[in-house]
Amino acid sequence: MELIGPLAIQGVHMTLVLALAPLLTGFVRAVKARLVRRQGPPVIQPYRDLWRLMRKEVVLAESSSWLFRVAPYLIFAGTWVAAALIPTFATGLMFSWSADLIAIIALLGSARFFLALAGMDVGTSFGGIGSSREVMIASLAEPALIMIVFSLALLAGSTQLSTIAGYMLSSNVGLRVTLALSLVALIMVAIAENARIPVDNPATHLELTMVHEAMVLEYSGRHLAVIELAGQLQLLLYVSLIACVFVPWGIAPVGAGPLPHLLGAVAYVGKLAVAGVIMAGFETAIAKMRVFRVSAFLGAAFMMSILGVLLLFVSRGGLR
Amino acid sequence: MNSLATLLICAGALLALVPTALAPIGARAGRWITYGGSLLVCAFACAMSIAQLLGLTDGTADIILPLGLPWIGARFHLDALAAAFLVVVNLGAATASLYGLGYGRHEADPRRVLPFYPAFLAAMNLVVLAADAFSFLIAWELMSLASWGLVIAHHRQAGVAHAGYVYLIMASFAALSLLLAFALLAGPGGAYAFDAMRTHRPDAATAAFVLVLAILGAGSKAGLVPLHVWLPLAHPAAPSHVSALMSGVMTKVAVYAFVRIVFDLVGPPLWWWSIVVLSLGAATAFLGVLQALMQHDLKRLLAYHTVENIGIIFIGLGLALAFKAAHMEWAAALAMTAALFHVFNHSLFKSLLFFGAGAVDSATGERDMERLGGLIRRMPQTALAFLVGCFAISALPPLNGFVSEWMTFQAILLSPSLDAWALKLLVPTVGAVLALSAALAAACFVKAFGITFLGRARTLAAETAQETDGFSLAAMFLFASLCLLAGVLPGFVIDALAPAVRMTAGGQMPTQASQAWLSIVPIAQSRSSYNGLLVLVFVSVSAGLCAMAIHQFASRAVRRAPAWDCGAPDPSPITQYTASSFAQPIRRVFATLLLGAAETVDIPAPGEMRPARFEVLIHDPIWETLYAPAAALVGYAADRLNKLQFLTIRLYLTLVFLALVGLLLVLALWS
Repeated sequence: MELIGPLAIQGVHMTLVLALAPLLTGFVRAVKARLVRRQGPPVIQPYRDLWRLMRKEVVLAESSSWLFRVAPYLIFAGTWVAAALIPTFATGLMFSWSADLIAIIALLGSARFFLALAGMDVGTSFGGIGSSREVMIASLAEPALIMIVFSLALLAGSTQLSTIAGYMLSSNVGLRVTLALSLVALIMVAIAENARIPVDNPATHLELTMVHEAMVLEYSGRHLAVIELAGQLQLLLYVSLIACVFVPWGIAPVGAGPLPHLLGAVAYVGKLAVAGVIMAGFETAIAKMRVFRVSAFLGAAFMMSILGVLLLFVSRGGLR
Repeated sequence: MNSLATLLICAGALLALVPTALAPIGARAGRWITYGGSLLVCAFACAMSIAQLLGLTDGTADIILPLGLPWIGARFHLDALAAAFLVVVNLGAATASLYGLGYGRHEADPRRVLPFYPAFLAAMNLVVLAADAFSFLIAWELMSLASWGLVIAHHRQAGVAHAGYVYLIMASFAALSLLLAFALLAGPGGAYAFDAMRTHRPDAATAAFVLVLAILGAGSKAGLVPLHVWLPLAHPAAPSHVSALMSGVMTKVAVYAFVRIVFDLVGPPLWWWSIVVLSLGAATAFLGVLQALMQHDLKRLLAYHTVENIGIIFIGLGLALAFKAAHMEWAAALAMTAALFHVFNHSLFKSLLFFGAGAVDSATGERDMERLGGLIRRMPQTALAFLVGCFAISALPPLNGFVSEWMTFQAILLSPSLDAWALKLLVPTVGAVLALSAALAAACFVKAFGITFLGRARTLAAETAQETDGFSLAAMFLFASLCLLAGVLPGFVIDALAPAVRMTAGGQMPTQASQAWLSIVPIAQSRSSYNGLLVLVFVSVSAGLCAMAIHQFASRAVRRAPAWDCGAPDPSPITQYTASSFAQPIRRVFATLLLGAAETVDIPAPGEMRPARFEVLIHDPIWETLYAPAAALVGYAADRLNKLQFLTIRLYLTLVFLALVGLLLVLALWS
């Protein structure tokens, strides 16, 4: 009997992230359109796009291999599993112990590995340029993420996300410089990893500025739909991660009744909306940077996260 | 009969294969006898070592053979640490022999390979089994010489002779350092047996000297920066199954030598030792992967990447030293397990990747990635196995490379409990470097697989390549499946390593087999846990669900068409991304400063008929600042001393007399 509760939460959670992911993307697009005084597409446009793509035929490049056809499913699966392990509205996830925060990041790395390979499979220069830039971005973003995890883990004494969330909810956190640095670094990494402005522009098809779009250039039909959904899921995942670690209020603790869970879900949707508005505002206000400036941007994130870890040792307040 | 005797007989049997390989029999028979014999012997030895490690057999008694120094004899001993490394050695050796059965067919001159091969395998076994300095060094030198013979097997190819020369010098240097280290350990009494060394501990200064010498000796064999220069030259020069052995196994024997000396023979460590080991490990990991990214020769890329993995192993060993010196045996056990697990993992995937590179080499005659491409269609099975290796070595879940790196991270997270402030601050920084090298490793292997196997064929050789033979494929898939198994069931490996860890680190990790759902829990469930099996199941189920849903609801129509490429596809395969263009962003970001990478672009003015040129120049700062001046100095001194070769007999006699007088004077003043 005691299995059913966590299992149900896990199931609801997995469906919820999948269902909300396109909505978040659509919401950000809608807010951006309103900010520049355009009408913009409706919020549910991403769902329509996905449906449209699913119904279309797949045009496969002649030089593509089996890897090209398998990769979308693996990318999606890696991202979905990672998203399923991040608490959104309740911490009592059934399988949260099967992978800690480091493993979640590495899972996203696995998805990226296949995405980069898929970009190179057809043998066009656009695919290559996208993959090459993607791995350059990842080579800085991933260590920054690991360092952020270090800060959190040293504070909370655990790399388990539910324990970290529980620690952040408790009263003995206080304001810490490390946390501020980690938050800023995490946001910067999230921007880069999700191919958002100013690192990459999801709306562009201008050859030399694109990274993510260049990698998936050869995809069409249902494959493209799966990849798009994985991308939207990843955006949601990062927002959930930031929400879970830095604004965990409202999240339902283990063994809570239905009402806290409902409240948690409402709070979660609220957090997503706030994050969407902030992101849209930020992206409207800033221009995309040159590719080789990205290294400075992410290098700064990396340095801030290292600084955060080192400050932990110097600052007052004991480590666990 | 105890297992140590059996293992010694195995080594003897391997040595007995040497004259057989020299006998005048046909190339085919020679191949079957040498590789088939090595396969059987090493597979048996591997089974024996596993049984010994799991405590199923008893082989702890010493064996003293009446060889070597008369008052010591040749001593051999089999403890848990030796058994753990023997598993790595013999597993790699057996699989390389299996691979050699097929791959050896492409060998133009088998007599240059076959005699050295079993001697090399036997020597590696003997190094691990040896229990006195004398037989250890003899076996070590045999290992170096046999592998040197294999490195220069194709000595007429460009660069091979140079590689062999550099290797020989560095190997002599390593042996000299180890000799001095053992001499210090043995003390003035000449206690060369390991047992005797353990009984009298050296004082702090001597111990520090031993540490430095062990780093110089074992580190140069393992490929620790800045002693790694021979490795990327020599490993790729050998035939591919030997490259696999040198990278996957021989470097591990060097790690064994380091662990044996520093964790076992020299006694309790001091806290600052770990600073040296950690810094060297971090520098090795980062420089190794960065250099690997800059390569476009597939085997050289893999060799440089070995340097990175040695760095990761030494980071684990450094952490173990730090925790052991701070008397946190449980934490030392975690770090040591991570290091030993990585030793095992790296022997699996690096051998696998070298096998793959060898298969590509024999199918196309090319090692240069810029002249390959599209091999996933011509060699689908090799491509699949190589992909598994790339995925595992990039430390991505759910394969094995991730587990050992995850455990290293968990050990790093224990750094606040260390006393020394220098270590408290150094360890997280090392963690940052480790994370950076892990991410760069993934980039490196996206490049290696993407350029070699994906895209379109760049040359005719790549376009007409044939799938490799069954033996090679069997060897590759054996290691690929072991990578998966060790990744999803890491608990069993950790438990198997426990006796070796207890012996070296003084503590032990919690037993993993009893954990629920076969998770691994390094310290406590609330702190961290990982379950590769569940991750694999989740990913497969999600991918399956997604594929099912897509096939249920989406259109199934597929049309083949030319690549889209933004509307302007170019039919020539030369327009694809190349290995060096793939690495360009990372080269700009990291290598401009560290490796002095510079690009020169020469575009002719309109109307000029000469071709445009693009050149990348990469420096090796270590070679240029350390080795080139040393070589120049030796050359200069040799030129000056050259005069001494052409003296008269009277002058020579005078010189001998003067030398004798000088020595006697020194002796008189000394005492």
